[in-house]
This record gives sequence, structure tokens and C-alpha cells, in this order.
Amino acid sequence: MNEPSTADRLLGPEPPELGCDECFEFLDRYVDAELGHEVALCAACVSPAECTRQRHCVGMRAHLQGCPACAEEHASLRALAEGGLR
Amino acid sequence: MLSRDGADTVRKVEPARATAAVAPLDPDSRAWVRGLGLPSGQRDMDVARLHAFLLRAVRFELGRRRAALRDVSAAELDDMAVQAADDALLAVMRKLPTFRGDSRFTTWAAKFAILEASVKARRRAWQHREVTLEPEAWTRLAPAVAASDPDEAERLRGIAVAIREALSPHQREILVAVALNDVPIDVLADRLQTTRGAIYKTLHDARRNLRAHLASEVEP
Repeated sequence: MNEPSTADRLLGPEPPELGCDECFEFLDRYVDAELGHEVALCAACVSPAECTRQRHCVGMRAHLQGCPACAEEHASLRALAEGGLR
Repeated sequence: MLSRDGADTVRKVEPARATAAVAPLDPDSRAWVRGLGLPSGQRDMDVARLHAFLLRAVRFELGRRRAALRDVSAAELDDMAVQAADDALLAVMRKLPTFRGDSRFTTWAAKFAILEASVKARRRAWQHREVTLEPEAWTRLAPAVAASDPDEAERLRGIAVAIREALSPHQREILVAVALNDVPIDVLADRLQTTRGAIYKTLHDARRNLRAHLASEVEP
């Protein structure tokens, strides 16, 4: 992924956007959905494609673009889950 | 650290809870929840297994951040890992009744380990670094890139005007620290004695003000 330009970093993502607390709350389900794990069941959001029609997942994506700390934690959890959690 | 009360979220967007069903737990998650939910004294082996799992997740995270922690000794790093795993264990046990099965238990538990390790690593990496709040740094933006990228420089000139006219001094400080100087948001929250969520809320409001100001400039 390309690094955002300075202007993009200053302007941030377009709203709506989750806050850090909600991001943390939904992060595990979001990662499992990204990885296609069947247990990531949610009646409103079962896959990243479906997320694009759901505001809170769009909000998650926007927040991960705008918050470097949450983006790092998302990348780490995803990498860990991809590697197999044992 | 993240605040847990949700009071400082950026914007309340409609979560899917109203229509979301509680997922049936997969066998592995069910085993974790059953074992950890036993009375104290009967769950010791499961708790020890969870701690070992969290410690592996913490070490994974600290390993990813090793470059930023190169001046940290192996012994200190190990202490940091155990402390982060201990804190994550407490958080998981406290939050266990809220686990709904929306994800795998291990993914859910690991996020607490990642958070604890990340926060500790960022704090340690910035322990001896001064966090300089340079609210005027934005004035040097456009000249710095003018030669290499005229289009970006033009955007930055407009943003610089918006920063001057639409942001409060506090919003400028936060924006410059996080978006320009790469100060980690939780480190900044520590130094300013506030929460990560509150800092992000300020950042979010500053960005919203910038976009609104820029939009008003292009309107006929």
C-alpha cells in the first residue's frame, strides 16, 4: 500500500468514521471477516464486500486510514491471525 | 490507553447490533469460554494456557517492533512482554462475559495482547524523546515540497491557509504532532494527560474543519 501524501494525512479520511474505542471493540470481528473465517458471523456484516454497504464497517475502514495507532494494531492482529493463532 | 467508556468516540455510527445475531461458538472458542468460566481453582490450567497464548501474541507484536526498540535489552524486552501478557490476561478475564462469539475467541483475546504490547512498545520507544508541539510547523509545508511536487504543494498551500483560519491552537498542535511529526497518538495522550480517544476526537474535528474550510473556498 502506498503511503498517503502529506496532504492526505492532514485531511484524513472522509467521515463517517469510528472512534478508537469502537475500532477496538470491532477489531477482532473485522479481522476474522477479512480472513474469511466462518465464525465471524454478524447478521449485518459477513464479509469485507458486505462491509462496504454497512456504515460501521465503512467507519472502521475510514478510521484505520486516519488513525496510525489503530492501523498498526489492525495490521498486527491480522498478521497474527493469518499466521495461525495457537 | 484507550478509554473504555465510549464517551469520546469520534462519531456515533449505527452499529449492526440491532440485527446481529449472537453467533454459535466454534468448538475451540466454546472450549476456551467453558474452561475460563469455571470457578477459581478449577480454571487454573486454562488460565495458564491463556497466559501462554497471550505471551506468544505479545512477543509476536514486540518482534514486529524490534527496530523501534533496538536500544532495549533482551531482559527488559522480556519483562515488557510478561507485563503486557499479564495486563492482557486481566483485560480478557474482565471482559470474558462480553465475548459474544462474533469472532474466534483467539482473535478476540489476541487483540488485547496486541494493544497492551503496542502501547508499551510505543511508550518505551518514545520514553527519552521529546514530544515537541510545533503548531507553526505547517507554515513550512508547501515550500518543502514545492520543487518536487507542484500539485501537492498547491494543495498544501490551501491546507496551510485553512489551518491558520479554521483551527484552534490546540487543534493545530494535535494535527501537527500526529499527522506531520508522527508522534504516536497514545504517547501524545500520555504527555497531555488525556485519552487516546480524546486526542483522536480533536484530530478528527480538526480534519473536519479543514475539509469544510477548503470546500467553502471552492464554492461559487
